[in-house]
Order: sequence, then structure tokens, then C-alpha cells
Amino acid sequence: MLIINCPYCGARPELEFAYGGQAHIDRPVQPADLNDEDWTGYLYLRENTKGIHAERWRHLHGCARFFNALRDTRTDHFLATYKVGEKAPEVTRP
Amino acid sequence: MSDLTLVSPAASHKEAGSAAVASPFTGHSKVIAPLGHFGRAVLRVSEDLIDAVSERLGVTLPREANRSATQDDLSALWLGPDEWLLISSEPHDSWAASLQQKLGDALVALVDVSHRQVALGLESPHVEDLLASGCALDLREAAFPVGACTRTMFDKAEVVLWRTGAHSFHIEVWRSFARYVEGLLRIAEEEG
Amino acid sequence: MSKQFRIKGTGRVDPSRPINFTFDGKSYTGHQGDTLASALLANGVHLVGRSFKYHRPRGILGIGADEPNALVGIRRDAARYTPNLLATQVELYEGLNAVSQNRNPSLEHDRMEVNDKWLSRFIPAGFYYKTFMWPKSAWDKWYEPRIREAAGLGVAPSQPDPDVYTQRYAHCDVLVIGAGPAGLAAAKEAAATGARVILADDRPVMGGSLLAAADTNISGEGEDWYSAGAWRKEVLAFLEKQPNVTLLPRTIAFGYYPHNWIGLCEKLTDHLAVLARGAPRERLWQVRAAQVVIATGAIERPLVFPENDRPGIMLADAARTYLQEYGVAVGQKVAVVTAHDSGYRAAHELKAVGVDIAVIADIRGRSVVSDRAVQAGLNVLTEAKIEGTSGKLRVSSITMTAAGMRSNFACDAVLMAGGFTPSVHLFSQSRGKLVWDNKLQAYLPGDSAEAERSAGASRGRFALAEALADGVDAGREAAQAAGFTPGTPAFHPQVTVKHAIGSGGYLGAAPTSADLSKAKAFVDWQNDVTAKDIVLATREGFLSIEHVKRYTTTGMATDQGKLSNINALGIVSEATGRSIPQIGLTTFRTPYTPITFGTLAGHARGMLFDPARVTAINDWAVAQGAAFEDVGNWKRAHYFPKHGEDLHAAVNRECLGVRKSVGIFDASTLGKIEIVGPDAAEFMNRFFVNAWTKLGVGKCRYGVLLREDGFVTDDGVVGRVAKDRFHVTTTTGGAARVLGMMEDYLQTEWGDLKVWLTSTTEQWSVIAVQGPKAREVIAPLIEDLDVSAEAFPHMSIGDGKICGVPLRLMRVSFTGELGFEVNVPSGYGRMVWEAIWERGKAFDMVPYGTETMHVLRAEKGYIIVGQETDGTVTPDDAGLGWAIGKAKPDFVGKRSLQRPALTAPDRKQLVGLISSDGRTVLEEGAQIVDPAAPKVPIGHVTSSYYSAVLGKPIALALVRGGRQRLGESLYVPMPDSVIGVQVAPTVFFDPEGARVNV
Repeated sequence: MLIINCPYCGARPELEFAYGGQAHIDRPVQPADLNDEDWTGYLYLRENTKGIHAERWRHLHGCARFFNALRDTRTDHFLATYKVGEKAPEVTRP
Repeated sequence: MSDLTLVSPAASHKEAGSAAVASPFTGHSKVIAPLGHFGRAVLRVSEDLIDAVSERLGVTLPREANRSATQDDLSALWLGPDEWLLISSEPHDSWAASLQQKLGDALVALVDVSHRQVALGLESPHVEDLLASGCALDLREAAFPVGACTRTMFDKAEVVLWRTGAHSFHIEVWRSFARYVEGLLRIAEEEG
Repeated sequence: MSKQFRIKGTGRVDPSRPINFTFDGKSYTGHQGDTLASALLANGVHLVGRSFKYHRPRGILGIGADEPNALVGIRRDAARYTPNLLATQVELYEGLNAVSQNRNPSLEHDRMEVNDKWLSRFIPAGFYYKTFMWPKSAWDKWYEPRIREAAGLGVAPSQPDPDVYTQRYAHCDVLVIGAGPAGLAAAKEAAATGARVILADDRPVMGGSLLAAADTNISGEGEDWYSAGAWRKEVLAFLEKQPNVTLLPRTIAFGYYPHNWIGLCEKLTDHLAVLARGAPRERLWQVRAAQVVIATGAIERPLVFPENDRPGIMLADAARTYLQEYGVAVGQKVAVVTAHDSGYRAAHELKAVGVDIAVIADIRGRSVVSDRAVQAGLNVLTEAKIEGTSGKLRVSSITMTAAGMRSNFACDAVLMAGGFTPSVHLFSQSRGKLVWDNKLQAYLPGDSAEAERSAGASRGRFALAEALADGVDAGREAAQAAGFTPGTPAFHPQVTVKHAIGSGGYLGAAPTSADLSKAKAFVDWQNDVTAKDIVLATREGFLSIEHVKRYTTTGMATDQGKLSNINALGIVSEATGRSIPQIGLTTFRTPYTPITFGTLAGHARGMLFDPARVTAINDWAVAQGAAFEDVGNWKRAHYFPKHGEDLHAAVNRECLGVRKSVGIFDASTLGKIEIVGPDAAEFMNRFFVNAWTKLGVGKCRYGVLLREDGFVTDDGVVGRVAKDRFHVTTTTGGAARVLGMMEDYLQTEWGDLKVWLTSTTEQWSVIAVQGPKAREVIAPLIEDLDVSAEAFPHMSIGDGKICGVPLRLMRVSFTGELGFEVNVPSGYGRMVWEAIWERGKAFDMVPYGTETMHVLRAEKGYIIVGQETDGTVTPDDAGLGWAIGKAKPDFVGKRSLQRPALTAPDRKQLVGLISSDGRTVLEEGAQIVDPAAPKVPIGHVTSSYYSAVLGKPIALALVRGGRQRLGESLYVPMPDSVIGVQVAPTVFFDPEGARVNV
């Protein structure tokens, strides 16, 4: 079970969290303005990263906040967690 | 466990001026006992209003994560950066409404959840081991001191743990999960 | 017979406490402290099993978790039979009943022995893949049943496991795995810093190799010296006294998971003769350790030579340990074949208690160690080739060639000393990188991926002094890394030994003159894999060790190649001319040793398998004899049978009762969310398809929720209780999902909105009172709220009091009748329910369950999300296009509704179906075809019931272009008949909707 560092509560066990998919995909402000192809991309197209992945988590059974994390998909090590709306911090591979 | 059934003798708690509030729990022991009825409300306040709201409520809403504050019969448990669980040991049916009145026009959300959850009290020198049967958090006093509180999981049920003493915890659990949590704790108690 | 193999005054078993046990029905006696293996050996029994494939007689090979042969079944009673336990790990208790496996009818006479005698040359590695290919038809009838009969070890118990299993989470600063010399030293050092230490060891007594250390002394920090045994006791006594130390004997660390999460299985009762009722058998520890010290020791390696698997042939250091720990001599005349100095140590120590050493055959050259053995009067051959052994059910002689002379030595045991393989399983599971050490000819832990360090023999520090020093350093470093400071400088004890473990070792097939393409030189005892099989695999082109493993099965099954992997690598290396690092290594998987399903399940069985959520009214329904169904985790009353009614009779009665007068239904499980804040209406507008701005306070509206891809994901009635407050209901199963989705949009997309969400699902008990008499039943109980038709029309919501307690009343109907949903704080739910029930008796009120609720709503064409929808249904498909707020610029899913596929004219649309024969209730899920093109299904039945009020079956279905097909005849093909149906509107009963507005 992973340890995840909630930006509000600190290090907590994975079973309190829910995974939320790739981070930094903003919902278009005016969806009606997007053509079908762009809208399909927003809906369905995601990275399949081997390496550092920016992703959303929610501390569902804790403070219930969504936040973002940088996780190395090869090792499951978290490099950083940060609040919604913040920019992903610069990290170097460990 | 075979002796846990879906039916219990209805344990009840009678409070002044209102009907009996039914309890879903099935029994009590020296270590694990239902704590009776409380007034409860979820309070949502944005950062800029915390001081003002604290003043109106008469209890200082803790800003530190997973900490609680108590003033007279009212406790405020930090559950999230803009979320507190208010617990009153002197409940009545219009308790939440009276709280809403105190808050006045403050831009907050207050929702009465007095009956959403029920409370179990645990008291034992081995209370940390008892909880370790189903909770993955480090609950040593150094890591989780008196007054600490958090939402977490107890086995497959979400609970709020609140440490009320070196050897005592107050557990809030949604009513429908009460017997599940109680059943698991009873097993842990029997196993020692 | 037992006397002659038990050496008095040696070992930690207690001869004053004899223990009676049986093996294959025969009675034996052992001592307190024995394992089943040591007790059998003490009785001169080596033959304990038959091999997996060839059914060759097999004996006890090792002494611990690496044992491949001695798999036994232990039977306590009819329900407590455990197969595939290792006799080397089973602790003896009075009355222990052990049986051998994989033999028929007995170990001595096994019919399947033909596999070895006559068939073995026809069943080489890959035999299955090559043989059972054709004819295809023979697979089901012939091959598979026979292979299944022949395959597998042990027999699964036939009854449910009566034992209980428990679990505990734990946190520590330093977890030390393994309580041998390195582990004890590490735990002591870490504990002395004040760090919280857990020390786990799979054996009942801690000490590891110290328990078998003869003539060994360890220095203390002063002038004092301790025997190995005294040092062990001293350290354990210290650790036992420390409040910050948890000692877990009989506890195997079976898995190393990410972020220093370790799975331990503690065996609590398997060693007891009498089980206390209800006492847990095993405890799963899930440990989060800041730092881990892996001190798991090393595994002794066998030598690969012809006929090396006869009973009586075993590992040399295992034999030595049986002597020193259990006082058991494994034979009276013992031959030693060795490639490591430890073989000499075993010979010396056995000789010291009077065992006759027939010969020591060293495949290496002459050395100081061999010379010393000669001086001690031992018969030593060097540069020996091992040619084979003989003996039917027990080895009786061994043949070797040395200095050109071929000789045969009579013996009753052969000890193999092939060297030691560090036990790197847990390190490898932690994703640490293994590094090949050429000098030690072993894989050793390299760079760590987790906060751990290995110590002692598990990283090649085999000599006791080295292991102790390594343990001391590891314990201190681990504690420091966890934030603690050692108070004293490091002290590395000195060690004196009579016979050192020494060095050496060998990989691959040992030198022999025999033709290994004909001889059976076993590499993997458990899977009956020989050197020949591995060579064959490489010849057939399997070069990666992962492929060799799968082709030959070497390293599979319960022992996971603990003994065999390194020798297999050596053989592949030799056969392919590549170095071992080039060949690679198979993955070390969890669990390290087999663990029971019970351990993993813990208390999650029966009523505690999953939370059984119950409403405040549940107990009333139970008392009424309701039948229940599971809806998510909820227990819901399914129907209320009277006088032996079946489901259909009860539901027909309940349906008519509601339509004629009034029914009462527990709707408490419906999800409820309170949405509060000045932007509540705007949030609702963005989230649901409907328009909310104009919904007046005190009014309700049916809301539909889409996912962003445009498909219906939930629905429910929403009431506006104040300008800034909505009471949203969701489906029972959707409650958590909808709240999660709302929070997602609110927290991550719509930070501009001042609105907050709170689950109130369990705040309210919801009592649905439905039927023409509903108002008459509840009105007299209500205060502070006018519920008259005029003041409180259909789709109203208001607060008041009922039976003196707070009430939130909704006038809504999922039945098509006049209906109310009485929301009261759930602590009052039972009381109010009973009050309504009492009043309802005068109106013949029926309690009804979820089945009747389903029928009544289907008669009205109301959908159930998840039944009429399946994640591919748009609002228009479901006939809910009217709900969409057309003027809204955006809502979740709106843009997707314009995608071409979602606007196609031939999409499946919800329609009603009437069975043409007026009798047949269709099957839900049945396919629907058009007689014009019957080969292609054009839809499926989503809901189907018998409607008592209409006196005929009704069904809802999704049919391609369905709304254009009203009145058409279609067919529902079933296995035994084809049922004709007519397409109808979805509303079967009261299509004008007059009944809700009374």
C-alpha cells in the first residue's frame, strides 16, 4: 500500500485515497466552441506515461480534497504532491 | 462471525424534550460503548471567514489539520481545510437551526447531520491495538495526540476518529455502518 | 528404532516430554521441540513423499522453508485438513496426524511409479506442449481429465474452513526480518536507540543458525565470552524487556510491497494440540516500517548429480542442524559430497557424536580443510566425480571416481554441500537491483529501491563474526535513518569456532562420468526437473531463463526455486556459453512461502465480508418476515410474503394494495445530498441537464445527470428548500459516485462557485407512502405543514413536524399514485414508520419491497438507471429529452450530445413491449429481432414483469429506432421458442397521469 502525501493532511495510506486520472486537463470553458475531434480528445485521449506522470488524487476518506501528484509510473514513487490550481513543481528524477 | 445479526434489541437514548433517538448498536462492554446522541453539523467556511465564524459560534475553529477544539458543550473537529464537524453534547431537535441563527448572514454552509452518524466510545489501555485491527493509521499518542481527529477507514467503513484521552477514542460512523464497525471491534476486543 | 538416531544431550528438544504422533497411520514418538521432519528422522524415516511427475520416492531434503520434498497433509478433524505443509516447518504436537501425498496406495507402493520406470523417457520437458495437441476432440474427454487426475499435490479440504483469522496494522521505525545472528544483532542495536522495533522470524524459536552453532563462542563488550546459545539468550532477554520491541516468532515475512509495506503472517495455533474455541489461527500483520533490515540468511544449495534424489540424500548443513538443534543423526553411515567447506564441518560434527562417515567426496582439489579432515581420520576424496547412487526406498550406496579409481560406498545417508545462496527474495520483491558477485558465485543485493538494507548471510556475509558485525551496523544505520541516535560506539563481537563454515560452492551439474542426457540428475526436486530437461530446453531454443522456467517448470510451484534456481542458471550458462548475469534471473514473486487464503481474508467472511448497511427501519422489516436483497452494500426489503406466498404472489398483492389503497416503502437508501450556498442554483444548472433557476422554493423537479460523454449516469428528484439550498436525491447505488463527481467539478473546474455539498443520505429515514389513500394516512400525524392538494400539490417539498419530530416532506411519486416521501431524522425513522403503519392499518396499507417498487414504476414507464440505462444511453434514447434545459449554454455532457454518433436516427430508444400471447413474461436481457431481418438483433429487453393491475405482462426495451416502430410486431427468440411482441408506448398505466394529481 502506497503512502501518499496529502497537501493538507500529510502522509497517509493509499486506502484513504481515490485515483483521479491524468492531471492538468482543463474542461474547456466553452465546450460548444470545440469541433468534434477536439472534444473527443478532451474526453478520451490520455497519456500512457512511462516515467513521471502528473495525476489527480482525492483524499476521499480524509480531508476529501482533490490534489495533484507527480508519480514515477516505473517505481510508484511520488516525487511531489500539490494543490489544485498550483503548477507542477520542477522535479529531477531520483 | 456467527452471533452478529441484523436485528438488535433497540437500544435507545432519551433526551430532554424530544422523542427517543434509536441506536443501531447491539450492546456495550467496558471497553466499547455507544456514546448516546449528539448534535452534529457539517460546517463549511472559507479561509477568510474562519475568525468571524469562530467568534459567532463561541468555539475557535482549528486551522491545523486533524485537530479539534472544544468550548463548553460544543466541539469543532477539523476534517478538511474548509470543513469542520461540529459536535454538541447537548443536542435537541432544533440545535442545528439555533446554530444557523448564531451564524446569521455569514457566507457559510451548515448542514444538520445529527442523525447521519452515531458514536462509539472506546476506552482501554490497549485502545491503539484495538483500533489497529482495522485502521491503517499510526495512532500512537506521539503521532495522534489527545484532541486529534480525522476521517479515515476502519476496515471497509469510513469513520471519524477523535482521540479524547490517552486511552480513549470517540468514533463517529454513519448509522448504516454502525453494526459492521461495532462487530469488528467486538472481535478485536475478544481477541485481546 | 527411534533410540539409535536420537543423540542424547544434544539439541534443544526436551526428551522428558515425549509426543505421540502418526504418519500415514503409523504411530511414532518424538520430543517437545521437534518438527515433524526431525521427529521422523529420529525414527529413522526418510521416505516422506512421491515426486510430482515421476512419482519417485523422496525423502526429507532440507530443514526449513526451502524443503521441496517433504510436503504433507495435516488432519486435525474433518474440516481442518491442510495439504502441502512442509514437514520441516510443522511443529510436533500430541496426536498430530500427518499423511503423505501424491502416492496411491502407499508411499512404498505407488502405481504411478510407471512414470519413472517406463515412461520417463517419453515425458521430457515440454511433453505436454508437444503431445496433447491433437486430435482436438480428445482434449475435453481424454487428456484433460487424466492430466487433472495426475496433476497437483495434496487434496483440498472438502469443508468450509472453521478457523478464524485475524489481522493487525502496525507501524515501526525498524522492522528486522529474520532472527538469526545478523537479525538479532540488528534488532538489539536498533532497540537500544529507542526506535520502535519489530523482529519477525518464521521459526518458533528465535536464533536462526545460532541454534545449531556447536563449539562456538562470542565475545561480550567486556572481558566476558558467551557460548552461541548463551549470547542468543542474552540478546533475546534484552529484547523481551524493551517496551519498544515487538518479537514475532512463527511469523513469516511473505511479501515486500511498495513504500516499505510488509506482509507478515503469524501462525498462532498450528503448533497446539488443543485449540481454544474461537482463537484465531493466524494473524496477518500489515507493517509500515520506516526502515527495514532484511536478515533472512541463506539457502543451502544441493549438488546436481545422477540419482541425487533418493530418500536419505539431503543437504549437509541441514543434516548438521538436525543434529545440533534436535539431537537427530540422519543416518548411521553417512557419505558427504561437497563443493564447500561446510560439508567438512557437517562431517566433523556428525563424527563427534559417533556417526560413521563413509567418505567425504570433494569435487574440488586438495585444501587445508581436506587435509585437516584426513588428519582427523576421515576418508577424503578430492577432485571427485559423482557417478550415481543406489537404493530403492532409501539410498544404500554412492559411487564416485577419484584419481582414476571408481569406488562404491555403502551408506544410509548422503549429504550434499553445494554452498549457500543468499536469500534475496524480499530484497528483490522490494524492486532492489540484484548484482552478480563472481567471487561468491551469488546474486547479492545491490542498489535499494526502498528504505531497507540487507545484513548477514542474505548479502553473502556467511561467517558468524561477519554476520554479527553486519547486523550490528545494519541495526544502527537503520535506526539512524529512522531518526534515532545510537548512544554507544559500535561494538563488533569476536567469534571463536571449532569448525568454521568456510567457503566454496558450485553451480550447475557436478562433475560426473555419467551421460547426463540419460541419467536423472535432479535440479528441481519439487517439479522433477533434471539437468537433461534444462539442457533440452536450451537446445530447443529457450535461451532466456524466463522461457526455460516455463518450458521445464523449474522454479515453479510452492518452493519457487529456492533450491534450484542457481543450479538451473549454472546449467543454462554452461549449455549456452553465456555468463550468468547474461542469462538473467526469474522474478521473485510474493508470497515467499505459501500462505493461507484465510490469512488474506481475515474477518472478511460471513456477515463481515462486506459492510451490510441497514436502514433504521430494517429491523421492523426483518420482524415482519421480509425477504431481502442486496443493493450495493445495502440490505433492502425485497418483498413481504404473507402465509407462504412466493415472490410473485406477494408482489401481485403488494402492487394491487398500493394501486387500490396505500402502501408503505422504506426508501431510506436513496442517496441524498444537500447543496448549500449562494451559487447553488448555478451549480445545479451546470451539473444537471435540467434548468433550475426558475424552480421555486418548495418545489421539486426530476433531475437527470450525464457523464461528460453524454450518457445518463444518474437521476433523482431534487427539491429546493431555500433560495440557496437544494435537497438532491440520487439512486441508491449512485450516491457516493454522484457526490464524488460533484466534488470533482466543484473543486477542480468551478472554483468560482460559492457552494458546498454535504451527504445527508443517512441523516434522513425516507418513508414512502404511496397510493390513493396516502394523504389520509399521514395528514393527521403532521403539524406545521398544510398537505392539502391545493397547498401541497404534486412535486412539492416542505418542512414541518410529524409525530412531534422534524419532517421534510416531499410530494413525489415513483408509482404513479398520489405519493409522499416522509423524511425524518433517522434516529426517529422506526418510530415514525410504526406510527404511520398503525394509522395505515385502517386503510389496509401494505408494506412493499423493492420488487413491487420496480413493477409499479415500470407500469408508469419510469426508468431505473442501470436497468434501462447501461452507460450508452442518452437522455433522448431513454425518452428523457424533455428534461434538458435547452436554453442553457452548457451543462455536463451537453457538448457530447451533439457528437454524430449520439444524434444518429437509428439509435436504440426506450419503448414498451406487450407479449402477443398476453401471457409470457419476457426475460430481461433477451434480444429482440425484426422479422424483416431476423439475423441482426435490434435491441434488448431492459425490464419485464407481470402487471397485476393490467392483468398481463409488460416490458420495457431499448429498440433501434424504437419510437418509429410503435405498433410493429417484433420477436424475442428464446432457446425453446420465439415470442412475438408488439411495440407499445412506455407508459402502460394511467397514461394521462391523473392519479398523481389528486
